[in-house]
Amino acid sequence: MVDDQLDKRLKDLGKRVKSAQAKRAEQTGASGGGRGKPAEGMAVGVRITVEMIAGLAVGVCIGLYADKQLGTAPWLLILGFLLGAGASFANVLRTARELDARQARERQAAIDRASDE
Amino acid sequence: MAAAADGHGGGGGLDPLHQFEIYPILSINIGEYDVSFTNSSLWMVIAAVVSYLIISRGVGAGSLVPTRMQVVAETLYSTVANMVRDNVGDAGKKYFPFVFTLFMFVLFGNLLGMIPYSFTFTSHLAVTFAMAATIFVTITIIGIMRHGLHFFSLFFPAGAPLATAPILIPIEIISYLSRPVSLSVRLFANMMVGHTLLKVLGSFAVMMGAAGILPLGLLVGITALEFLVAALQAYVFTILTCIYLHDAIHLH
Repeated sequence: MVDDQLDKRLKDLGKRVKSAQAKRAEQTGASGGGRGKPAEGMAVGVRITVEMIAGLAVGVCIGLYADKQLGTAPWLLILGFLLGAGASFANVLRTARELDARQARERQAAIDRASDE
Repeated sequence: MAAAADGHGGGGGLDPLHQFEIYPILSINIGEYDVSFTNSSLWMVIAAVVSYLIISRGVGAGSLVPTRMQVVAETLYSTVANMVRDNVGDAGKKYFPFVFTLFMFVLFGNLLGMIPYSFTFTSHLAVTFAMAATIFVTITIIGIMRHGLHFFSLFFPAGAPLATAPILIPIEIISYLSRPVSLSVRLFANMMVGHTLLKVLGSFAVMMGAAGILPLGLLVGITALEFLVAALQAYVFTILTCIYLHDAIHLH
């Protein structure tokens, strides 16, 4: 008797949770997804900026250090700068591709959730 | 973030960088090395203890209808568990404890730093770089252990013409070496910038007198944003660890 009631209440709760989730997915899907969140946008910006600087910095540091050791200034610095710039571009492209993939995955997940109903 | 509450120096002499000062609480010297217990170490210990308490108290009950603490613990756990599963795959399960510990440490380092008069240890490059370097070395060892010498194929993208190797390989190696740099600088820069901004705005509020209500209002918004940044940066730090782990395990 008590079990029956509990079962019914659980089912009812399940239904309510599902409908709320569907509504939520609809709303977030409609708002364009990913926009309007300043902290997240800033995080993406900082991430790409740092990615750009880090590659260049490592390249230049390796060049400078190798120059100092081998006494070939400034050639290895120039080489390191160029390769570092290349690495920066590679980093940025990789990051952008990964962010794109994540966004596509999130959008797909939202659509899946909405169509489950 | 001490913000407006911290009025030391007085009369416009507020130093926004004072909050990052490290001072020893307990001076310890071993040989030539200064291994003092500093305020930074103190807050690291607090972060570790707080995260331990939250998890152990949350899991301790283990009831079907969760208590508040249990919801917190389970949410944190499932966030990281999902992250590892989505980004590393099933092979990443083994490394979950490592990733979870990192996440908790960084998250609580960031969040505890939001308490006035506290110290944010993640706002120091030495701390974040030590963490990033540990991650970098660990992940490289994991990759080499799993794949042996084949691991180094990571430095040459599959399908590229062989003639491009002299350019591509150095670029890929530099790109790989830049990972710990970008990982640590990102976290450090975010925390440092946010806390400095709070302090600068706070000193404006003090100096401007009655008109200080304007920066004070702004400060409320920025503080909320800072909490978001604290959580988000811990998340980004861990998700990047997961991505690097994925690269080491699956080699693209």
